[in-house]
Amino acid sequence: MDDFLNGFAVVAQPDTLLYCLIGVLIGMLIGVLPGLGPAATMAILLPIVIQVGDPISGVVMMAGVFYGAQYGGTITSVLLRLPGEASSVVTVFDGFALAKQGRAGTALGVAAIGSFVGATVSIVALSLSAPLVASWAVDFGPPEYAALALLGVLLVATIGNGNKIKALIAAAIGLLLATVGQDSFSGAERYTFGSLELSQGIDFVVVAMGLFGVSEILHNLEERHGKAHVPAKVANIWPSRKDLTEAAPAIGRGTVIGFFLGVLPGGGAVMSSLAAYATEKRVSKTPEEFGRGSIKGVAAPETANNAAATSSFIPLLTLGIPANASMAMLFAALLVLGITPSPALVEENPDLFWGVVNSMYVGNVILLLLSIPLVGIFVRILRVRPAILAPITALITILGAYTLNNSTFDVFLMIAFGVIGYLMKKGGFEPGPMVLAFVLGAILENNVRRSLIIFDGDPSGFVRDSISGPILAIFLLVALWPLVKTLMGRRAASSTTHDRDRDTAGV
Amino acid sequence: MSDQRSTTGAPDILGEIEAEVAETLAEEELPPGGPAYQTIGALLTLAVGIGGLVLALDYGLDSLRRPGPGLWPFVCASVITVLSVVLLVVGRRLEDSVAFSRASVLPAIGVLTFIGLGVLMPLIGFEIPSLVLCVVWLRFLGGETWRSTVLISVGTVAAFYLLFLHGLSIPLPHLLTF
Repeated sequence: MDDFLNGFAVVAQPDTLLYCLIGVLIGMLIGVLPGLGPAATMAILLPIVIQVGDPISGVVMMAGVFYGAQYGGTITSVLLRLPGEASSVVTVFDGFALAKQGRAGTALGVAAIGSFVGATVSIVALSLSAPLVASWAVDFGPPEYAALALLGVLLVATIGNGNKIKALIAAAIGLLLATVGQDSFSGAERYTFGSLELSQGIDFVVVAMGLFGVSEILHNLEERHGKAHVPAKVANIWPSRKDLTEAAPAIGRGTVIGFFLGVLPGGGAVMSSLAAYATEKRVSKTPEEFGRGSIKGVAAPETANNAAATSSFIPLLTLGIPANASMAMLFAALLVLGITPSPALVEENPDLFWGVVNSMYVGNVILLLLSIPLVGIFVRILRVRPAILAPITALITILGAYTLNNSTFDVFLMIAFGVIGYLMKKGGFEPGPMVLAFVLGAILENNVRRSLIIFDGDPSGFVRDSISGPILAIFLLVALWPLVKTLMGRRAASSTTHDRDRDTAGV
Repeated sequence: MSDQRSTTGAPDILGEIEAEVAETLAEEELPPGGPAYQTIGALLTLAVGIGGLVLALDYGLDSLRRPGPGLWPFVCASVITVLSVVLLVVGRRLEDSVAFSRASVLPAIGVLTFIGLGVLMPLIGFEIPSLVLCVVWLRFLGGETWRSTVLISVGTVAAFYLLFLHGLSIPLPHLLTF
């Protein structure tokens, strides 16, 4: 309890508060401006976080970017029918319909209140559950970590969007890339091709900035639509009592769905917003209203994506396993600041742990204020042409990469990864699983090798272990599920045809 | 019968919404590339896999009891190779690739300005190459007017000068000293 309260003392420091404000402002901005997503922005900001130096301030800022983006994404979905973030796509259906009826303000207001409730309840649940999970996991050894990291990589690759085989290939390439450099066990050089720079290994900041930041900047150059959009007028942002009563059950269900799906690796904000919308449509007595301006159709997904964004911090802060691409960036930020996220984080770094968790309470209050009374300012930002922002982000990226080691090698490597990321998107490969696998690569390899030494070379030790065994069983289940689903689908189809044959035969 | 309908109907709502989302996103997307893109993509990852395998063998696998430096890369490269072959066989009809178009010249020019900045920065400082990058991106890639190009370029470089050299005290190579 003391640590929890101390966390508030940490957040109350002017420095931390300032970085929290900067973080949520940047998050809200990138959420509003279509183009860069939160993971790309966090990747680009990594060099600046290193310069900040103080881990708490740096991580508080990065966290703010992530959950701030969830708020900002709503504004473009409602006003322009352009989702700023993938997790706000589903908000487009009813949000834009409401805007056309002149109720844009109501939609934004309900979304902001839902977001705030979802996030805040989720932070309370995080505050209560995270120390428990961490204390359960604190005795984890190499086999448990290896199994957990493997499950994390697999879940991110298979639950995310896109083709599963491609996602798994990207993840495996990420794991292979992580082996570049000197082997920490034998000292042997791997995939360095005689380069002195590569023998130090590839800096994950460079990989993340290239694959997320530069590739997205290049992609946007090609897809740019030139003109700024003129948003609908927003009036009367405060929702009426009737609107709130109508939205309240959706906000409640959205919070629960978001919290639980957010904890799952790879689940997170996007999936939970879809699931919450689907649930509302299913339980509604008037499902035909959805897509035509239902207030619940805005409240549920917006609540869920914020609850999920918050609860996705749990696996990172308690197990040291990032659940999605943005969490991988936070993981990277912690590592470059000299902190390895693990179950021991709560015990060893209570200031950091509780400082970051409690900063989210403050951050969400700031976001609620920005989203309701100050929404007009953000609506005006929508008028800024994308062409003006592009060179600014490009410069931040290049100069930031240079500052990592004051070397142009990092700049060129980042550009190379940027081009790879751009080409991956052309070929239908998502860079997300690759970056996440790269970040987890060293942990996975080290723990697998350590475990093999512990098990005296017997891989069945992983299965016999009381914790890694069940984790690997889940791994197998997830890996084989698509196959099982296809087989079951075929069987169901063949039995239906069989039944129909019997019916027509009059049996 | 009604039970059956509700159980099959439940996932359908999510499916429908996902399809609708995909459609909403697709409106903004460029057209897919076709089977050639899929084949080339799979062949490239296959090459990475095979290259990784060959080198991993060279580093030494040793035994499971004493894993050598090549064992883990060998496992990763095997996964890449096997899945790439699967992709080559089953993935030809996928529609998730994005075709190159005339607009693809824009990112190519963008990359050239990035490389230019990387090469020139240590030689002549970051100011002039950054200014050139801004002008190229604003005027030629972004279609801004000359007036706004000049104003924004000069403003951006000046802001970066202040932020990096004075605000964050990062020793970027620079031409001007104040």
